[in-house]
Amino acid sequence: MALSAHAGSETLYIQHFGNEEARGLQYYLKQMNGYSALKKAFALKPDQVIDEVKKSNLRGRGGAGFPSGVKWSFIPKTSDKPKYLVCNADESEPGTFKDRDLMRYTPHLLIEGMVIAAYAIGAKHGYIYIRGEYAREAKLLDLALEEARQAGYLGSNIQGSGFQFDLTVHRGAGAYICGEETGLLNSLEGKRGEPRVKPPFPATWGAFGSPTVVNNVETLCAVPFILQRGGEWYAKLGKLPNSGGTRLFCVSGHVKKPGLYELPAGAVTLRELIYDYCGGILDDRKLRAVIPGGSSAPVLTPDEIDVVLDIDPLMKIGSMLGSAGVMVIHDGCDLVRLIYRITKFYEHESCGQCTPCREGCRWMANIFKRILDGKGRLEDLDLLLDIANNINQKTLCALGDAAAGPVKSFVTKFRSDFEARIRG
Amino acid sequence: MSKHLSDGFYQDMKKLEPHYPTKVALLLPALHRAQEEYGWLPPEVLDEIGIYIDIHPAQVREVASFYTMYNLKPVGKHHLKICTNVACSLMGADELVEYCEKRLGVRCGETTADRKFTLNEEECLGACGTAPAMMLGDDYHENLDTESLGEILDRLEK
Ligand SMILES: Cc1cc2nc3c(=O)[nH]c(=O)nc-3n(C[C@H](O)[C@H](O)[C@H](O)COP(=O)(O)O)c2cc1C
Repeated sequence: MALSAHAGSETLYIQHFGNEEARGLQYYLKQMNGYSALKKAFALKPDQVIDEVKKSNLRGRGGAGFPSGVKWSFIPKTSDKPKYLVCNADESEPGTFKDRDLMRYTPHLLIEGMVIAAYAIGAKHGYIYIRGEYAREAKLLDLALEEARQAGYLGSNIQGSGFQFDLTVHRGAGAYICGEETGLLNSLEGKRGEPRVKPPFPATWGAFGSPTVVNNVETLCAVPFILQRGGEWYAKLGKLPNSGGTRLFCVSGHVKKPGLYELPAGAVTLRELIYDYCGGILDDRKLRAVIPGGSSAPVLTPDEIDVVLDIDPLMKIGSMLGSAGVMVIHDGCDLVRLIYRITKFYEHESCGQCTPCREGCRWMANIFKRILDGKGRLEDLDLLLDIANNINQKTLCALGDAAAGPVKSFVTKFRSDFEARIRG
Repeated sequence: MSKHLSDGFYQDMKKLEPHYPTKVALLLPALHRAQEEYGWLPPEVLDEIGIYIDIHPAQVREVASFYTMYNLKPVGKHHLKICTNVACSLMGADELVEYCEKRLGVRCGETTADRKFTLNEEECLGACGTAPAMMLGDDYHENLDTESLGEILDRLEK
Protein backbone atom coordinates (compact mmCIF):
# COMPACT_ATOMS: atom_id res chain seq x y z
CA MET A 1 0.00 0.00 0.00
CA ALA A 2 1.61 3.16 -1.19
CA LEU A 3 -0.48 5.21 1.18
CA SER A 4 0.97 3.69 4.31
CA ALA A 5 4.46 3.53 2.82
CA HIS A 6 4.51 7.27 2.56
CA ALA A 7 2.30 8.16 5.44
CA GLY A 8 5.41 8.75 7.52
CA SER A 9 7.17 10.98 5.02
CA GLU A 10 7.38 14.63 5.78
CA THR A 11 5.32 17.33 4.10
CA LEU A 12 6.44 20.95 4.02
CA TYR A 13 3.39 22.89 2.97
CA ILE A 14 0.15 21.08 2.86
CA GLN A 15 -0.52 20.91 6.60
CA HIS A 16 -0.89 24.70 6.58
CA PHE A 17 -3.33 24.87 3.66
CA GLY A 18 -6.88 25.73 4.57
CA ASN A 19 -5.75 27.42 7.77
CA GLU A 20 -6.28 31.16 7.49
CA GLU A 21 -4.18 31.82 10.55
CA ALA A 22 -1.16 30.41 8.73
CA ARG A 23 -0.90 33.48 6.55
CA GLY A 24 0.00 35.78 9.42
CA LEU A 25 3.53 36.64 10.46
CA GLN A 26 3.05 35.45 14.04
CA TYR A 27 2.03 31.98 12.91
CA TYR A 28 4.93 31.85 10.50
CA LEU A 29 7.44 32.81 13.17
CA LYS A 30 6.08 30.45 15.82
CA GLN A 31 4.74 27.43 13.94
CA MET A 32 7.09 27.37 10.97
CA ASN A 33 10.32 28.61 12.47
CA GLY A 34 9.84 31.52 10.09
CA TYR A 35 12.67 33.79 8.92
CA SER A 36 15.26 31.64 10.69
CA ALA A 37 16.55 30.36 7.35
CA LEU A 38 17.20 33.96 6.39
CA LYS A 39 19.49 34.37 9.36
CA LYS A 40 21.39 31.27 8.30
CA ALA A 41 21.67 32.59 4.77
CA PHE A 42 23.07 35.94 5.91
CA ALA A 43 25.79 34.06 7.80
CA LEU A 44 26.90 32.57 4.48
CA LYS A 45 28.40 34.18 1.40
CA PRO A 46 26.00 34.45 -1.56
CA ASP A 47 27.96 31.75 -3.41
CA GLN A 48 27.61 29.39 -0.48
CA VAL A 49 23.84 29.89 -0.55
CA ILE A 50 23.85 28.98 -4.24
CA ASP A 51 25.97 25.88 -3.46
CA GLU A 52 23.48 24.76 -0.84
CA VAL A 53 20.64 25.08 -3.34
CA LYS A 54 22.68 23.15 -5.92
CA LYS A 55 23.23 20.39 -3.37
CA SER A 56 19.49 20.23 -2.69
CA ASN A 57 18.68 19.06 -6.24
CA LEU A 58 15.81 21.51 -6.28
CA ARG A 59 14.41 21.61 -9.80
CA GLY A 60 12.08 24.33 -11.03
CA ARG A 61 8.42 23.67 -10.30
CA GLY A 62 7.13 25.95 -13.07
CA GLY A 63 7.33 23.36 -15.79
CA ALA A 64 10.79 22.92 -17.24
CA GLY A 65 12.43 21.34 -14.17
CA PHE A 66 15.65 23.29 -14.53
CA PRO A 67 18.05 22.99 -11.53
CA SER A 68 17.46 26.15 -9.51
CA GLY A 69 20.96 26.53 -8.05
CA VAL A 70 22.46 26.30 -11.52
CA LYS A 71 20.04 28.94 -12.78
CA TRP A 72 21.06 31.32 -9.98
CA SER A 73 24.74 30.80 -10.76
CA PHE A 74 24.22 32.16 -14.30
CA ILE A 75 23.68 35.66 -12.91
CA PRO A 76 26.86 37.64 -13.54
CA LYS A 77 28.74 38.36 -10.32
CA THR A 78 29.58 41.86 -11.40
CA SER A 79 27.20 44.01 -13.30
CA ASP A 80 26.79 47.74 -13.57
CA LYS A 81 23.07 47.19 -13.94
CA PRO A 82 20.71 46.34 -11.10
CA LYS A 83 19.67 42.69 -10.85
CA TYR A 84 16.13 41.47 -10.43
CA LEU A 85 14.38 38.49 -8.93
CA VAL A 86 10.97 37.70 -10.39
CA CYS A 87 8.51 35.20 -9.01
CA ASN A 88 6.36 33.55 -11.62
CA ALA A 89 2.93 33.40 -10.00
CA ASP A 90 1.03 33.35 -13.26
CA GLU A 91 -0.18 29.79 -12.66
CA SER A 92 -1.89 29.66 -16.02
CA GLU A 93 -1.16 26.10 -17.13
CA PRO A 94 -4.54 24.36 -17.22
CA GLY A 95 -4.76 21.80 -14.43
CA THR A 96 -2.45 23.69 -12.06
CA PHE A 97 -3.65 25.15 -8.75
CA LYS A 98 -0.84 24.81 -6.21
CA ASP A 99 0.69 28.28 -6.26
CA ARG A 100 -2.64 29.81 -5.29
CA ASP A 101 -2.66 27.90 -2.00
CA LEU A 102 1.01 28.64 -1.35
CA MET A 103 0.30 32.34 -1.75
CA ARG A 104 -2.91 32.52 0.23
CA TYR A 105 -1.87 30.25 3.10
CA THR A 106 1.92 30.57 3.35
CA PRO A 107 2.80 33.96 1.85
CA HIS A 108 5.68 34.52 4.26
CA LEU A 109 7.34 31.33 3.06
CA LEU A 110 7.41 32.83 -0.41
CA ILE A 111 8.70 36.16 0.89
CA GLU A 112 11.48 34.53 2.91
CA GLY A 113 12.42 32.34 -0.05
CA MET A 114 12.61 35.43 -2.25
CA VAL A 115 14.77 37.39 0.20
CA ILE A 116 17.21 34.47 0.36
CA ALA A 117 17.25 34.07 -3.43
CA ALA A 118 17.75 37.80 -3.85
CA TYR A 119 20.67 37.73 -1.43
CA ALA A 120 22.21 34.83 -3.37
CA ILE A 121 22.05 36.62 -6.73
CA GLY A 122 22.51 40.18 -5.47
CA ALA A 123 19.10 41.61 -6.34
CA LYS A 124 17.77 44.66 -4.52
CA HIS A 125 14.30 44.52 -5.95
CA GLY A 126 11.92 41.76 -6.87
CA TYR A 127 8.50 41.33 -8.40
CA ILE A 128 5.79 38.79 -7.83
CA TYR A 129 4.02 38.55 -11.17
CA ILE A 130 0.62 37.13 -10.24
CA ARG A 131 -2.14 36.25 -12.69
CA GLY A 132 -4.81 38.96 -12.74
CA GLU A 133 -7.58 36.58 -11.73
CA TYR A 134 -5.90 35.98 -8.37
CA ALA A 135 -7.02 39.41 -7.16
CA ARG A 136 -7.74 38.16 -3.65
CA GLU A 137 -4.36 36.45 -3.41
CA ALA A 138 -2.63 39.62 -4.64
CA LYS A 139 -4.25 41.55 -1.78
CA LEU A 140 -3.17 38.91 0.73
CA LEU A 141 0.38 39.09 -0.58
CA ASP A 142 0.37 42.87 -0.21
CA LEU A 143 -0.72 42.49 3.41
CA ALA A 144 2.05 39.96 4.09
CA LEU A 145 4.63 42.21 2.42
CA GLU A 146 3.59 45.06 4.67
CA GLU A 147 3.91 42.82 7.74
CA ALA A 148 7.36 41.76 6.61
CA ARG A 149 8.43 45.37 6.06
CA GLN A 150 7.19 46.42 9.48
CA ALA A 151 9.15 43.59 11.10
CA GLY A 152 12.32 44.36 9.17
CA TYR A 153 12.34 41.32 6.89
CA LEU A 154 12.10 43.55 3.83
CA GLY A 155 13.50 46.98 3.17
CA SER A 156 16.91 48.43 3.83
CA ASN A 157 19.36 46.70 6.13
CA ILE A 158 17.25 43.57 6.64
CA GLN A 159 17.73 42.21 10.19
CA GLY A 160 20.90 44.26 10.53
CA SER A 161 22.61 42.36 7.71
CA GLY A 162 23.28 45.39 5.58
CA PHE A 163 21.34 43.67 2.79
CA GLN A 164 18.55 45.61 1.11
CA PHE A 165 15.61 44.11 -0.74
CA ASP A 166 11.99 44.93 -1.41
CA LEU A 167 9.16 43.37 -3.35
CA THR A 168 6.31 44.54 -5.55
CA VAL A 169 3.21 42.54 -6.44
CA HIS A 170 2.47 42.99 -10.13
CA ARG A 171 -0.83 41.73 -11.49
CA GLY A 172 -1.21 40.21 -14.91
CA ALA A 173 -4.44 40.66 -16.80
CA GLY A 174 -5.48 37.39 -18.35
CA ALA A 175 -3.00 35.88 -20.79
CA TYR A 176 -1.62 32.34 -20.58
CA ILE A 177 1.47 33.34 -22.48
CA CYS A 178 2.57 35.57 -19.59
CA GLY A 179 3.47 32.35 -17.74
CA GLU A 180 6.31 31.95 -20.23
CA GLU A 181 9.13 33.76 -18.56
CA THR A 182 10.07 36.20 -21.30
CA GLY A 183 6.43 36.96 -22.09
CA LEU A 184 6.08 37.61 -18.39
CA LEU A 185 9.03 40.01 -18.40
CA ASN A 186 7.60 41.98 -21.33
CA SER A 187 4.29 42.16 -19.53
CA LEU A 188 6.02 43.37 -16.37
CA GLU A 189 7.59 46.12 -18.45
CA GLY A 190 4.16 47.31 -19.58
CA LYS A 191 4.15 45.64 -22.99
CA ARG A 192 2.17 42.93 -24.71
CA GLY A 193 3.16 39.60 -23.21
CA GLU A 194 5.00 38.39 -26.29
CA PRO A 195 7.91 36.02 -25.64
CA ARG A 196 11.38 37.18 -26.62
CA VAL A 197 14.01 35.68 -28.86
CA LYS A 198 16.47 33.68 -26.75
CA PRO A 199 19.38 34.06 -26.28
CA PRO A 200 19.90 36.42 -24.57
CA PHE A 201 18.37 34.57 -21.62
CA PRO A 202 16.93 36.43 -18.62
CA ALA A 203 20.13 35.78 -16.63
CA THR A 204 21.84 38.37 -18.82
CA TRP A 205 18.90 40.33 -20.29
CA GLY A 206 15.80 39.98 -18.17
CA ALA A 207 13.55 42.57 -16.53
CA PHE A 208 14.26 46.10 -17.82
CA GLY A 209 17.34 44.82 -19.67
CA SER A 210 18.99 43.65 -16.44
CA PRO A 211 20.19 40.24 -15.22
CA THR A 212 17.14 38.46 -13.84
CA VAL A 213 16.18 35.17 -12.27
CA VAL A 214 12.62 33.97 -12.84
CA ASN A 215 11.40 31.23 -10.53
CA ASN A 216 8.06 29.63 -9.87
CA VAL A 217 6.24 30.19 -6.54
CA GLU A 218 6.71 26.59 -5.36
CA THR A 219 10.40 26.67 -6.28
CA LEU A 220 10.97 29.75 -4.13
CA CYS A 221 8.89 28.33 -1.27
CA ALA A 222 11.33 25.41 -1.05
CA VAL A 223 14.29 27.70 -0.41
CA PRO A 224 13.74 28.47 3.31
CA PHE A 225 13.59 24.72 4.07
CA ILE A 226 16.82 24.12 2.17
CA LEU A 227 18.66 26.78 4.15
CA GLN A 228 17.10 25.75 7.42
CA ARG A 229 17.81 22.04 7.17
CA GLY A 230 20.48 21.77 4.54
CA GLY A 231 20.68 20.97 0.85
CA GLU A 232 21.55 17.36 1.51
CA TRP A 233 18.47 16.84 3.67
CA TYR A 234 16.26 18.34 0.97
CA ALA A 235 17.88 16.21 -1.72
CA LYS A 236 17.20 13.08 0.31
CA LEU A 237 13.50 13.93 0.64
CA GLY A 238 13.29 13.06 -3.06
CA LYS A 239 13.41 9.40 -4.05
CA LEU A 240 15.36 9.81 -7.27
CA PRO A 241 19.04 10.73 -7.49
CA ASN A 242 18.69 14.12 -9.16
CA SER A 243 15.35 15.46 -8.00
CA GLY A 244 15.01 16.70 -4.44
CA GLY A 245 12.23 17.65 -2.09
CA THR A 246 8.50 17.17 -2.10
CA ARG A 247 6.12 18.17 -4.86
CA LEU A 248 2.60 19.45 -4.85
CA PHE A 249 0.51 17.39 -7.25
CA CYS A 250 -2.67 19.06 -8.44
CA VAL A 251 -5.19 16.32 -9.18
CA SER A 252 -8.39 17.18 -11.01
CA GLY A 253 -11.02 15.62 -13.22
CA HIS A 254 -12.56 12.21 -12.73
CA VAL A 255 -11.19 11.03 -9.39
CA LYS A 256 -13.08 10.58 -6.16
CA LYS A 257 -10.88 12.94 -4.19
CA PRO A 258 -9.46 15.72 -6.34
CA GLY A 259 -7.17 18.29 -4.74
CA LEU A 260 -3.57 18.89 -3.79
CA TYR A 261 -1.29 16.07 -2.70
CA GLU A 262 2.20 16.70 -1.38
CA LEU A 263 4.51 13.74 -1.91
CA PRO A 264 8.25 13.23 -2.08
CA ALA A 265 9.54 13.73 -5.62
CA GLY A 266 9.61 10.41 -7.43
CA ALA A 267 8.00 8.46 -4.58
CA VAL A 268 4.84 7.24 -6.25
CA THR A 269 3.60 6.07 -9.60
CA LEU A 270 0.72 7.68 -11.40
CA ARG A 271 -1.36 4.58 -10.63
CA GLU A 272 -0.67 4.93 -6.90
CA LEU A 273 -1.57 8.59 -6.93
CA ILE A 274 -4.88 7.94 -8.66
CA TYR A 275 -5.98 4.78 -6.86
CA ASP A 276 -4.31 4.91 -3.43
CA TYR A 277 -4.35 8.62 -2.73
CA CYS A 278 -7.23 9.98 -4.76
CA GLY A 279 -9.62 7.11 -4.07
CA GLY A 280 -9.81 5.85 -7.66
CA ILE A 281 -12.04 6.85 -10.52
CA LEU A 282 -15.23 8.83 -10.02
CA ASP A 283 -18.38 6.67 -9.94
CA ASP A 284 -16.11 3.59 -10.17
CA ARG A 285 -15.91 3.98 -13.90
CA LYS A 286 -13.00 2.87 -16.05
CA LEU A 287 -9.92 5.01 -16.51
CA ARG A 288 -9.56 6.18 -20.10
CA ALA A 289 -6.68 8.67 -20.16
CA VAL A 290 -4.47 10.84 -17.96
CA ILE A 291 -2.85 14.16 -18.71
CA PRO A 292 0.01 14.13 -16.20
CA GLY A 293 1.48 17.63 -16.19
CA GLY A 294 -0.94 20.35 -17.20
CA SER A 295 -2.74 20.45 -20.54
CA SER A 296 0.57 20.91 -22.39
CA ALA A 297 1.72 17.41 -21.41
CA PRO A 298 1.14 14.61 -23.93
CA VAL A 299 -1.68 12.32 -22.81
CA LEU A 300 -1.10 8.85 -21.32
CA THR A 301 -3.19 5.72 -21.74
CA PRO A 302 -4.18 3.43 -18.85
CA ASP A 303 -1.32 1.11 -19.90
CA GLU A 304 1.21 3.82 -19.11
CA ILE A 305 0.28 4.76 -15.57
CA ASP A 306 2.88 2.64 -13.82
CA VAL A 307 5.35 5.38 -14.60
CA VAL A 308 7.03 6.99 -11.58
CA LEU A 309 5.69 10.52 -11.23
CA ASP A 310 8.70 12.71 -11.68
CA ILE A 311 10.43 14.83 -14.28
CA ASP A 312 12.80 12.30 -15.88
CA PRO A 313 10.63 9.14 -15.85
CA LEU A 314 7.77 11.00 -17.57
CA MET A 315 10.11 12.53 -20.10
CA LYS A 316 11.42 9.06 -20.87
CA ILE A 317 7.97 7.89 -21.94
CA GLY A 318 7.40 10.95 -24.11
CA SER A 319 5.29 13.06 -21.78
CA MET A 320 6.20 15.49 -19.01
CA LEU A 321 5.56 16.31 -15.40
CA GLY A 322 5.35 20.01 -16.25
CA SER A 323 3.58 21.84 -13.44
CA ALA A 324 2.32 18.56 -11.90
CA GLY A 325 -1.26 19.19 -12.94
CA VAL A 326 -2.65 15.66 -13.17
CA MET A 327 -5.97 15.49 -15.01
CA VAL A 328 -7.78 12.19 -14.88
CA ILE A 329 -10.32 11.20 -17.53
CA HIS A 330 -12.81 8.32 -17.35
CA ASP A 331 -14.48 6.35 -20.09
CA GLY A 332 -17.54 8.59 -20.15
CA CYS A 333 -15.53 11.38 -21.73
CA ASP A 334 -15.62 12.25 -25.42
CA LEU A 335 -11.92 12.48 -26.22
CA VAL A 336 -12.48 14.15 -29.58
CA ARG A 337 -14.34 16.96 -27.86
CA LEU A 338 -11.69 17.17 -25.19
CA ILE A 339 -8.75 17.63 -27.55
CA TYR A 340 -10.81 20.12 -29.53
CA ARG A 341 -11.28 22.12 -26.30
CA ILE A 342 -7.58 21.89 -25.48
CA THR A 343 -6.63 23.04 -28.97
CA LYS A 344 -9.09 25.96 -28.77
CA PHE A 345 -7.24 27.05 -25.65
CA TYR A 346 -3.89 27.21 -27.45
CA GLU A 347 -5.50 28.92 -30.43
CA HIS A 348 -6.93 31.55 -28.10
CA GLU A 349 -3.70 32.01 -26.14
CA SER A 350 -1.18 31.99 -29.00
CA CYS A 351 0.32 35.48 -28.97
CA GLY A 352 0.46 35.46 -32.75
CA GLN A 353 4.12 36.31 -33.26
CA CYS A 354 5.12 32.99 -34.82
CA THR A 355 3.20 31.88 -37.89
CA PRO A 356 3.38 28.10 -37.23
CA CYS A 357 1.72 28.54 -33.84
CA ARG A 358 -0.75 31.26 -34.80
CA GLU A 359 -1.99 29.58 -37.98
CA GLY A 360 -1.33 25.97 -36.98
CA CYS A 361 -3.38 26.10 -33.80
CA ARG A 362 -6.31 27.57 -35.72
CA TRP A 363 -6.09 24.91 -38.45
CA MET A 364 -5.94 22.12 -35.91
CA ALA A 365 -8.93 23.52 -34.01
CA ASN A 366 -10.89 23.88 -37.26
CA ILE A 367 -10.15 20.29 -38.24
CA PHE A 368 -11.24 18.96 -34.86
CA LYS A 369 -14.41 21.00 -35.18
CA ARG A 370 -15.08 19.55 -38.59
CA ILE A 371 -14.64 16.04 -37.21
CA LEU A 372 -17.03 16.83 -34.35
CA ASP A 373 -19.55 18.18 -36.84
CA GLY A 374 -19.51 14.90 -38.75
CA LYS A 375 -17.65 16.35 -41.72
CA GLY A 376 -14.24 14.83 -41.00
CA ARG A 377 -12.21 12.80 -43.48
CA LEU A 378 -9.82 10.01 -42.61
CA GLU A 379 -6.94 11.95 -44.17
CA ASP A 380 -7.57 14.66 -41.57
CA LEU A 381 -5.78 12.59 -38.96
CA ASP A 382 -2.48 12.58 -40.85
CA LEU A 383 -3.02 16.21 -41.70
CA LEU A 384 -3.34 16.99 -37.97
CA LEU A 385 -0.09 15.17 -37.26
CA ASP A 386 1.61 17.02 -40.09
CA ILE A 387 0.48 20.41 -38.77
CA ALA A 388 1.54 19.49 -35.23
CA ASN A 389 4.98 18.45 -36.51
CA ASN A 390 5.29 21.76 -38.28
CA ILE A 391 4.59 23.69 -35.09
CA ASN A 392 6.73 21.63 -32.75
CA GLN A 393 10.14 23.21 -32.08
CA LYS A 394 9.50 25.85 -34.74
CA THR A 395 8.38 28.73 -32.55
CA LEU A 396 10.07 31.30 -30.33
CA CYS A 397 8.62 29.86 -27.14
CA ALA A 398 7.36 26.49 -25.97
CA LEU A 399 3.66 27.36 -26.40
CA GLY A 400 3.95 25.85 -29.86
CA ASP A 401 5.25 22.56 -28.46
CA ALA A 402 2.59 22.73 -25.77
CA ALA A 403 -0.12 22.86 -28.45
CA ALA A 404 1.46 20.22 -30.70
CA GLY A 405 2.22 17.57 -28.06
CA PRO A 406 -1.36 16.99 -26.92
CA VAL A 407 -2.66 16.82 -30.51
CA LYS A 408 0.01 14.32 -31.56
CA SER A 409 -0.53 12.12 -28.53
CA PHE A 410 -4.34 12.14 -28.63
CA VAL A 411 -4.50 11.44 -32.36
CA THR A 412 -1.84 8.72 -32.19
CA LYS A 413 -2.86 6.95 -28.99
CA PHE A 414 -6.62 7.22 -29.46
CA ARG A 415 -6.73 7.07 -33.24
CA SER A 416 -9.65 4.64 -33.27
CA ASP A 417 -11.84 7.16 -31.41
CA PHE A 418 -11.24 9.69 -34.17
CA GLU A 419 -11.70 7.14 -36.94
CA ALA A 420 -14.98 5.97 -35.45
CA ARG A 421 -16.20 9.56 -35.26
CA ILE A 422 -15.22 10.24 -38.87
CA ARG A 423 -16.85 7.04 -40.16
CA GLY A 424 -19.97 8.08 -38.23
CA MET B 1 -8.67 67.93 -22.22
CA SER B 2 -11.01 67.21 -19.36
CA LYS B 3 -9.91 64.78 -16.71
CA HIS B 4 -11.76 61.51 -16.34
CA LEU B 5 -9.69 59.63 -13.81
CA SER B 6 -10.04 60.47 -10.14
CA ASP B 7 -7.50 62.02 -7.81
CA GLY B 8 -7.38 58.64 -6.11
CA PHE B 9 -6.12 57.13 -9.36
CA TYR B 10 -3.27 59.63 -9.56
CA GLN B 11 -2.42 59.22 -5.88
CA ASP B 12 -2.25 55.44 -6.20
CA MET B 13 -0.07 55.72 -9.29
CA LYS B 14 2.27 58.14 -7.55
CA LYS B 15 2.73 55.56 -4.79
CA LEU B 16 3.58 52.88 -7.33
CA GLU B 17 6.05 54.91 -9.37
CA PRO B 18 9.10 54.22 -7.15
CA HIS B 19 8.52 50.47 -7.55
CA TYR B 20 9.53 50.49 -11.20
CA PRO B 21 12.57 51.78 -13.07
CA THR B 22 10.42 52.90 -16.03
CA LYS B 23 7.12 54.66 -16.26
CA VAL B 24 5.75 52.35 -18.97
CA ALA B 25 5.81 49.51 -16.43
CA LEU B 26 2.89 51.30 -14.76
CA LEU B 27 0.67 50.61 -17.74
CA LEU B 28 -0.87 47.35 -16.50
CA PRO B 29 -1.42 48.64 -12.96
CA ALA B 30 -2.92 51.84 -14.39
CA LEU B 31 -5.34 49.92 -16.62
CA HIS B 32 -6.43 47.78 -13.65
CA ARG B 33 -6.90 50.82 -11.46
CA ALA B 34 -8.85 52.70 -14.11
CA GLN B 35 -11.10 49.73 -14.75
CA GLU B 36 -11.91 49.63 -11.04
CA GLU B 37 -13.29 53.14 -11.44
CA TYR B 38 -15.26 52.66 -14.63
CA GLY B 39 -15.98 48.94 -14.85
CA TRP B 40 -14.45 49.11 -18.32
CA LEU B 41 -11.91 51.18 -20.23
CA PRO B 42 -13.59 53.89 -22.31
CA PRO B 43 -11.47 55.43 -25.11
CA GLU B 44 -11.06 58.73 -23.31
CA VAL B 45 -9.71 56.90 -20.27
CA LEU B 46 -7.19 55.02 -22.41
CA ASP B 47 -6.10 58.35 -23.85
CA GLU B 48 -5.70 59.88 -20.42
CA ILE B 49 -3.56 56.94 -19.29
CA GLY B 50 -1.39 57.45 -22.37
CA ILE B 51 -0.89 61.09 -21.41
CA TYR B 52 -0.07 60.19 -17.82
CA ILE B 53 2.51 57.58 -18.85
CA ASP B 54 3.67 59.64 -21.80
CA ILE B 55 3.16 57.05 -24.49
CA HIS B 56 1.19 57.14 -27.73
CA PRO B 57 -2.51 56.27 -27.36
CA ALA B 58 -1.99 53.46 -29.88
CA GLN B 59 0.53 51.90 -27.54
CA VAL B 60 -2.02 51.92 -24.72
CA ARG B 61 -4.59 50.21 -26.95
CA GLU B 62 -2.09 47.72 -28.30
CA VAL B 63 -1.34 46.57 -24.77
CA ALA B 64 -4.87 46.81 -23.35
CA SER B 65 -6.26 44.69 -26.19
CA PHE B 66 -3.70 41.92 -25.58
CA TYR B 67 -5.14 41.01 -22.18
CA THR B 68 -8.58 39.48 -21.72
CA MET B 69 -9.29 41.06 -18.33
CA TYR B 70 -9.40 44.58 -19.71
CA ASN B 71 -12.90 45.36 -20.88
CA LEU B 72 -12.75 47.53 -23.97
CA LYS B 73 -16.53 47.46 -24.15
CA PRO B 74 -18.95 48.11 -21.28
CA VAL B 75 -19.94 45.00 -19.35
CA GLY B 76 -22.93 44.24 -17.20
CA LYS B 77 -23.07 44.97 -13.49
CA HIS B 78 -22.33 41.31 -12.80
CA HIS B 79 -19.72 39.70 -15.02
CA LEU B 80 -20.00 35.92 -14.93
CA LYS B 81 -16.85 34.20 -16.13
CA ILE B 82 -17.35 30.46 -16.27
CA CYS B 83 -14.24 28.34 -16.77
CA THR B 84 -14.73 25.76 -19.52
CA ASN B 85 -11.17 24.50 -19.72
CA VAL B 86 -10.24 20.82 -19.25
CA ALA B 87 -10.95 20.12 -15.58
CA CYS B 88 -14.07 22.30 -15.45
CA SER B 89 -15.52 20.82 -18.62
CA LEU B 90 -14.82 17.31 -17.31
CA MET B 91 -16.86 18.29 -14.25
CA GLY B 92 -19.84 19.79 -16.07
CA ALA B 93 -18.99 23.39 -16.98
CA ASP B 94 -20.85 23.13 -20.28
CA GLU B 95 -24.09 22.57 -18.39
CA LEU B 96 -23.42 25.68 -16.33
CA VAL B 97 -22.91 27.75 -19.46
CA GLU B 98 -26.07 26.34 -21.01
CA TYR B 99 -28.00 27.03 -17.82
CA CYS B 100 -26.87 30.67 -17.76
CA GLU B 101 -27.54 31.18 -21.44
CA LYS B 102 -31.10 29.91 -21.02
CA ARG B 103 -31.83 31.70 -17.81
CA LEU B 104 -30.35 35.04 -18.83
CA GLY B 105 -31.39 34.83 -22.46
CA VAL B 106 -27.94 35.71 -23.78
CA ARG B 107 -25.12 33.82 -25.46
CA CYS B 108 -21.56 33.73 -24.19
CA GLY B 109 -19.90 37.08 -24.76
CA GLU B 110 -23.18 39.00 -24.54
CA THR B 111 -24.74 41.33 -21.99
CA THR B 112 -28.39 41.27 -20.95
CA ALA B 113 -30.59 44.09 -22.21
CA ASP B 114 -30.95 45.51 -18.69
CA ARG B 115 -27.11 45.62 -18.47
CA LYS B 116 -27.20 43.52 -15.33
CA PHE B 117 -25.28 40.46 -16.53
CA THR B 118 -22.45 39.72 -18.91
CA LEU B 119 -21.70 36.06 -19.56
CA ASN B 120 -18.29 34.79 -20.63
CA GLU B 121 -16.53 31.50 -21.07
CA GLU B 122 -13.16 31.68 -19.41
CA GLU B 123 -9.88 29.84 -19.81
CA CYS B 124 -8.43 27.95 -16.83
CA LEU B 125 -8.89 29.91 -13.59
CA GLY B 126 -6.53 27.75 -11.53
CA ALA B 127 -9.28 26.15 -9.46
CA CYS B 128 -9.24 22.72 -11.11
CA GLY B 129 -9.38 20.73 -7.87
CA THR B 130 -12.67 22.43 -7.02
CA ALA B 131 -14.12 22.37 -10.53
CA PRO B 132 -16.27 23.62 -12.06
CA ALA B 133 -15.40 27.19 -11.14
CA MET B 134 -16.61 30.66 -11.99
CA MET B 135 -15.26 34.11 -11.37
CA LEU B 136 -17.63 36.89 -10.38
CA GLY B 137 -16.05 40.24 -9.62
CA ASP B 138 -12.89 39.40 -7.70
CA ASP B 139 -14.42 36.28 -6.17
CA TYR B 140 -14.15 32.65 -7.12
CA HIS B 141 -17.12 30.33 -6.84
CA GLU B 142 -16.06 26.70 -6.87
CA ASN B 143 -17.58 23.19 -6.88
CA LEU B 144 -20.55 24.62 -8.74
CA ASP B 145 -23.59 22.84 -10.09
CA THR B 146 -26.70 24.30 -11.69
CA GLU B 147 -28.38 24.44 -8.30
CA SER B 148 -25.68 26.43 -6.51
CA LEU B 149 -25.16 28.62 -9.56
CA GLY B 150 -28.90 29.20 -9.65
CA GLU B 151 -28.83 30.37 -6.05
CA ILE B 152 -26.05 32.84 -6.85
CA LEU B 153 -28.09 34.23 -9.74
CA ASP B 154 -31.19 34.44 -7.51
CA ARG B 155 -29.24 36.60 -5.09
CA LEU B 156 -27.86 38.85 -7.82
CA GLU B 157 -31.24 39.32 -9.43
CA LYS B 158 -32.79 40.60 -6.21
C1 LIG C 1 3.42 28.67 -22.51
C2 LIG C 1 4.14 28.59 -21.21
C3 LIG C 1 3.45 28.86 -20.03
C4 LIG C 1 4.10 28.82 -18.79
N1 LIG C 1 3.37 29.09 -17.67
C5 LIG C 1 4.01 29.08 -16.47
C6 LIG C 1 3.30 29.41 -15.27
O1 LIG C 1 2.11 29.72 -15.30
N2 LIG C 1 3.98 29.41 -14.10
C7 LIG C 1 5.32 29.10 -14.03
O2 LIG C 1 5.89 29.13 -12.96
N3 LIG C 1 6.01 28.76 -15.14
C8 LIG C 1 5.40 28.76 -16.35
N4 LIG C 1 6.12 28.46 -17.48
C9 LIG C 1 7.57 28.16 -17.34
C10 LIG C 1 8.39 29.45 -17.31
O3 LIG C 1 8.72 29.84 -18.63
C11 LIG C 1 9.70 29.26 -16.55
O4 LIG C 1 10.35 28.13 -17.04
C12 LIG C 1 9.54 29.12 -15.06
O5 LIG C 1 8.83 30.20 -14.53
C13 LIG C 1 10.89 29.06 -14.40
O6 LIG C 1 10.76 28.86 -13.01
P1 LIG C 1 11.31 27.55 -12.30
O7 LIG C 1 12.69 27.30 -12.82
O8 LIG C 1 11.27 27.85 -10.87
O9 LIG C 1 10.38 26.44 -12.70
C14 LIG C 1 5.48 28.48 -18.73
C15 LIG C 1 6.15 28.20 -19.92
C16 LIG C 1 5.50 28.24 -21.14
C17 LIG C 1 6.28 27.93 -22.37
